[in-house]
Amino acid sequence: MTIDQKIVAKIASLSRLKIPAEEQAHVAEELNGILNWVEQLNEVNVEGVEPLASVNDTSLRTRKDVVNDGGKPEDILANAPASTADFFTVPKVVE
Amino acid sequence: MTKLTDLTITEALQGLNDKKFSAVEITNAHIAGMEKARGLNAFITETPDVARKQAAESDARRAAGKAGDLDGIPLAIKDLYCTKGVRTTAASHILHNFVPTYESTVSQKLFDAGAVMLGKANLDEFAMGSAGITSAFKPTISPWSGSDPANAARKLVPGGSSSGSAASVAAHIAMGATGTDTGGSIRQPASVTGIVGIKPTYGRCSRWGIIAFASSLDQAGPMTRSVADAALMLRVMAGFDEKDSTSVDVPVPDYVAALGKSVKGMKVGLPREYRIDGMNPETDVLWQKSAAMLRDAGAEVIEISLPHTKYALPVYYIIAPAEASSNLARYDGVRYGLRVAGESLDDMYASTRFEGFGKEVRRRILIGTYVLSAGYYDAYYRKAQRVRRLIRNDFEEAFKICDVILTPAAPGTAFAIGEKQDDPLAMYLEDVFTVTLNLAGLPGICVPVGLAQNGLPMGMQLIGKAFDEAPLFTAASALEKAANFTHKPPLTA
Repeated sequence: MTIDQKIVAKIASLSRLKIPAEEQAHVAEELNGILNWVEQLNEVNVEGVEPLASVNDTSLRTRKDVVNDGGKPEDILANAPASTADFFTVPKVVE
Repeated sequence: MTKLTDLTITEALQGLNDKKFSAVEITNAHIAGMEKARGLNAFITETPDVARKQAAESDARRAAGKAGDLDGIPLAIKDLYCTKGVRTTAASHILHNFVPTYESTVSQKLFDAGAVMLGKANLDEFAMGSAGITSAFKPTISPWSGSDPANAARKLVPGGSSSGSAASVAAHIAMGATGTDTGGSIRQPASVTGIVGIKPTYGRCSRWGIIAFASSLDQAGPMTRSVADAALMLRVMAGFDEKDSTSVDVPVPDYVAALGKSVKGMKVGLPREYRIDGMNPETDVLWQKSAAMLRDAGAEVIEISLPHTKYALPVYYIIAPAEASSNLARYDGVRYGLRVAGESLDDMYASTRFEGFGKEVRRRILIGTYVLSAGYYDAYYRKAQRVRRLIRNDFEEAFKICDVILTPAAPGTAFAIGEKQDDPLAMYLEDVFTVTLNLAGLPGICVPVGLAQNGLPMGMQLIGKAFDEAPLFTAASALEKAANFTHKPPLTA
């Protein structure tokens, strides 16, 4: 599988990264280098092997469905680049 | 009298108890050292005022007979740990102004035990790197570069990603430091700076409040100048935390009690697949020497096989970027950190993320997004997860016939800033001996064992069974005693 500039543009868009057009060819080259290298995994026979997502096989714990934190809007908004009252603000999305 | 900056944590605690000096005196000596060694760029944010206040409180606690296990010990905290009221950047421009309103569980545990924070240590951006050079706050320079590292002809790297942690401990600016390890970020810098570093079992330390890179691989751990100090620090840092769903609720053994025990009869495995092409021949020599030291101490050294070793790096470079691309989706310029204006909301996200993330971070986000995208998920991500299981199975088989495994911690000694930077794959190879443990979730400790002919330190790695760090400390203290590594870098505080 070869990554071309079109694919770079697509994954950049999925990643919300504004990669300038003039950099896309170079990025494609780097990504191809890495992907060609990981192709060696095709040598491994994984038939019947279950994927391992986490090393701790135990199932995740559950807890009581109760509110145990909160009520601190100042803390939540303390680092916001822009806010109004108790809300984060973003550029206008509805005309 | 010994300089206060030359003391290990163990020695300092003894001296504090014996009233030979105060926590304020220790802290002031280290703050002076931090200022003297600023050329290392080991810290992103220095916190001398916090340190002095904590040290004074520590002296008061000790006087009242209420001293904790690390009371009065000055530490560097990797700038990936959120610290309440103190800027936390992950060495990224995207978090250049982020001041957490909460404290990470592990740093809180250290402070509850009386530890003093000297500052926030430099690192590779979002812990992605093996040399400390991807930091948006300039690279950290190793104190092994020379007596004036900032002006050295060849500025050596301290390894990474825990670059500032390693440099500050090696240079005696800090008595110990916290690190994090996703593919080797504690053990590889420990190896190239001549200090001790342990990555505990996955689930041993809480990840809560530590900025996430790859959540199924990240672990916190200590970096120190002795195995005993690592045991002391880990005993405080470890433990179940209900705020981290992957933290494991098992008792924390007394690691200090495991030190100095005999290794007689302990079976030490040497994996034949760790003798790789391109390895520095001196690494191999030191590896065999270290095995001989453990044999002389009474251990039985046997050859073992970990057949899927060569696939660990490619597996890692699918899984870690995949998890990173998901974890780093939160940096969008809305709730915290950098915001770059855009023509639309989407344009604001994309501009913020392009300007806020450095090159290596962007590269990994793109790779991660690609391997998780429709049509490629099975070929890359699921395939990698399957090989990951085979790698873990290799270790399970090996531990049927041995108690611990001995390997090199890094392929060679420190390299210079600028080297290995043209090709990402060359840099990735730095983690070839360490990354297998993260994939398998196992604990590993790096112990300095000697100098190469170029005068630079090399460390060995001991690998243990999951949640069985105690025998690891026993073997590490035996190796430490036999190797008797007492070399210091040209620059120390």
